[in-house]
Amino acid sequence: MRLVVDLNKCQGYAQCAFLAPDVFTMHGEESLVYNPRAGTEQREKVARAVAACPVQAITVEGLREASDAG
Amino acid sequence: MTQAPLLRRITDHSSRADPYPLYEELRRTPVLHEEEGGPYVVSSYYDILGLLHDPRVSSDAANLAAAGDDELSGPEATGLPPSFLRLDPPEHDRLRRIANSSFGPPHRPRRIDSMRGELAGIVTGLVDGFGDARQIDLVDQFAYPFPVTVICRLLGVPREDEPRFRGWVDPVVAALDPDTRQGGDAGFRRTVQEARMQLGMYLAGLVEQRAREPRDDMLSDLAAGHGPGGSMSTMEVLSTAVLLLIAGHETTVNLIANGMLTLLRHPECLHRLREDPGLSVRVVEELLRYEPPVQLVPQRTCIADIELRGVTIPRESRIWLVLAAGNRDPERFRDPDRFDPDREDLEHLGFGSGIHICFGAPLARLEAQLALAELARRLDGPRLVEDPPPYRSNAVLRGPRHLHVAVDAVRPSEAVYF
Amino acid sequence: MPGEEFHEWLRREGRIVIVGASLAGLTAAESLRAGGFAGSLTLIGDEPHEPYDRPPLSKAVLLGRASPEHTELPRRREIDAAWRLGVAATGLDMAAKRVRLADGEEVPYDRLLIATGVRARPWPKEEEARLDGVFVLRTRDDAVRLHRRMAAPPRRVFVVGAGFTGSEIASACRDRGIAVTVAERADGPLVGALGGVVGAVAAELHRDNGVDLRTGVMVTGLEGDTTGRVRAAHLSDGGVVETDVVVVSLGATRNTDWLAGSGLGAGPRGIACDAGCRAFDFRGIVTDDVFVAGDVARSPHPLFGYQFLSLEHWGNAVAQAEVAAHNMISASADRRPHLWVPAFWSSQFGVNIKSVGVPTMGEEIMITQGSLAERRFVGVYGHRGRVIAAVSFDNTRWLEFYQRQIETGAPFPVEYRTVDRRPEGRKPVPADFPDPSLPTHGPTVTLSGYSPADRRLVFTPARH
Repeated sequence: MRLVVDLNKCQGYAQCAFLAPDVFTMHGEESLVYNPRAGTEQREKVARAVAACPVQAITVEGLREASDAG
Repeated sequence: MTQAPLLRRITDHSSRADPYPLYEELRRTPVLHEEEGGPYVVSSYYDILGLLHDPRVSSDAANLAAAGDDELSGPEATGLPPSFLRLDPPEHDRLRRIANSSFGPPHRPRRIDSMRGELAGIVTGLVDGFGDARQIDLVDQFAYPFPVTVICRLLGVPREDEPRFRGWVDPVVAALDPDTRQGGDAGFRRTVQEARMQLGMYLAGLVEQRAREPRDDMLSDLAAGHGPGGSMSTMEVLSTAVLLLIAGHETTVNLIANGMLTLLRHPECLHRLREDPGLSVRVVEELLRYEPPVQLVPQRTCIADIELRGVTIPRESRIWLVLAAGNRDPERFRDPDRFDPDREDLEHLGFGSGIHICFGAPLARLEAQLALAELARRLDGPRLVEDPPPYRSNAVLRGPRHLHVAVDAVRPSEAVYF
Repeated sequence: MPGEEFHEWLRREGRIVIVGASLAGLTAAESLRAGGFAGSLTLIGDEPHEPYDRPPLSKAVLLGRASPEHTELPRRREIDAAWRLGVAATGLDMAAKRVRLADGEEVPYDRLLIATGVRARPWPKEEEARLDGVFVLRTRDDAVRLHRRMAAPPRRVFVVGAGFTGSEIASACRDRGIAVTVAERADGPLVGALGGVVGAVAAELHRDNGVDLRTGVMVTGLEGDTTGRVRAAHLSDGGVVETDVVVVSLGATRNTDWLAGSGLGAGPRGIACDAGCRAFDFRGIVTDDVFVAGDVARSPHPLFGYQFLSLEHWGNAVAQAEVAAHNMISASADRRPHLWVPAFWSSQFGVNIKSVGVPTMGEEIMITQGSLAERRFVGVYGHRGRVIAAVSFDNTRWLEFYQRQIETGAPFPVEYRTVDRRPEGRKPVPADFPDPSLPTHGPTVTLSGYSPADRRLVFTPARH
């Protein structure tokens, strides 16, 4: 899965880093470092992260389709 | 204790089941100031969001007391210093950072993620416990015991002590209700102070014990007194522990209970959730907008004049931010009174925003997602016994006191991975 | 054809060509389709790769937490485009409405969007730049090469230039335990972008994290060994630093060379366009079929005195591409202006640095929240009595308040109380930007005057 975070929007709430710690990590208190390519085994956790982002800054390709298929 | 009409009607217990028409009325006066010395009530989405990020708005309990609120939680009142919820930076940032270093990223990124299996086990066990009953109180039998069990495990508070601390938590939570605060007599205040004191002393005993024999829980980390985020004084540890214990379950119980109530009123959503547990993620986010467990934030003050929609809010005024009204603001959300888990662009105010955004949000989300998915899957033919259900009196932490649900059967548990 | 009819035809069966297949180009393509464009769409990119995201290349990738080959941008929708990747555009014939490609082909258009972005400014001495171990970091291929070399690991990395990218590279090196020297011509890192007051904090960040930071020096030469590998960097103060990897981080050059002689108002500072993203020709007349978006654009902004701004900002690329796409297929009455407030972020040494507005316009700065000493603060820049920009170090949640202050032209100095206002923040101090005549780099927002037809070829690295 490809993903991108709009880091202008991001305010470091770290919800994604709590919910999908293999994809999103905090570097310091409010800097987000993420892997723009997440494995499909991360799909469900990434979906949680995307939904939980308080500023809706995460875009993922194929999350919906994958969800329908799964 | 005269309270002007609209606010009075909102905080009045009789509006608890459906405050939303009153919020709609409230939004017609975006900055409502009904009486001299009373709060400025802000109810539109963008105004609330702006004030949550406005450095002229203070959360400091001392400022609130100075603004004339009947303050129960000041340092003199309880002997405990205010928790970070009631402080401004830099103290807020320091205490929250230390608490977070034991809870989440960057220092403990997997603590919550690693609890998922345990959370699922607790949920399954509670539903198993319904047995053959054909009528269940989802509050007393599920929505309350679940988050209490979780926060006890996380903090390291013995679960069996719940009957003890519940007696202290209840008055403290009641004190958050603007209605009781305004009407509270000296006796009530004494009860609240006593309860806080007892709770603090109870937790002090545990903290002391954990300092001697640390375990893998947050009290042990806090008791250690030093960590990657810095160190807290003993009193700061206690007020943080009190905050986490209370906030850790008093809001989630409402999220789950409001959630099940909403799903039972929207059977098509309940059906979809039963078929697709993954939908719980979106259901919970929409619930946080549609029926947020924290309805309003009554504890802010401004430390400078603020111009808002042509109104000057003078410095040292109290400001109420009605999150639940902002969440139904048609300027922000299309068809806001519709419960719609498929909604896109869902930047709700359910957990607040800015530096005081809900500390436990990731845990509350997981708890509610697991809880609702499990209930949807296992309750056969669930229906409300009474609608609306009886509500707790609290206008801030709003939720049903009981949620009696009749069922045809409770299905057996099975391992579900989603 | 009357305007409305024309645009209907355009939306139905027009030909749109986008030169530049990166963030702005892809966003524009997606926005065009989202906006109902059903005609033919061609994306031309000089790199052989499909659109990828660049910020992770100097962050997650260098930290070893992502692959340089896998930062492709997620697609928001199907765009049904003809892709011409790995083929650079080499010329534009505005009269014939054709783009010439490196392989000799010509692609006709009814509407053209130019989103060719910028490229890393190379080490100016070509022979030294060719030494093995000398890198720039802008493209995916750059990142792959550097990533490979970093894995070795090198004994010491030498970074030329302490702008944002240079600082991020240094940060990643320290995170991975690699020794690193940073040489900066100004008095501190980020000085060109944020001024000396903030630069001093950045300098402390570098040093506390074990970076060998040399400021106020120029790199006079890179020295190779007999096998053609870089072995040392020579400094203007006489210093010599032994190194096996050099990363040249001297800012960027706009990709406008291919437009030479086209008649567009394009030069080394970018392509001038109006607030509706329509390109100016060199006479200062706005075109109606050539649009510009992203790093290569320079456009006037009412909040900043209508000066032309060049923004090397991720968010600007997205916002401007959306506006350009909308305007390309809309009649003039329906067009929108691009009024994005500049916003930028960088992550280094575990600190989140963000800015809004145009710090380089600031004459003075006030620390309105937090403290420089704690490296957690909000600084507000003032320009002629109003708030023009703000910067935060690990204080991003307050920044949107200051953005509104900028948007509403709030007065400066900031008089009101704020939470966490310290004594040091009560009075404005000079923001301490370097003398414009002193070359520095990495400002990310560049004011480039009032002339849309600026074609000066004189190179002045920053603060033109």
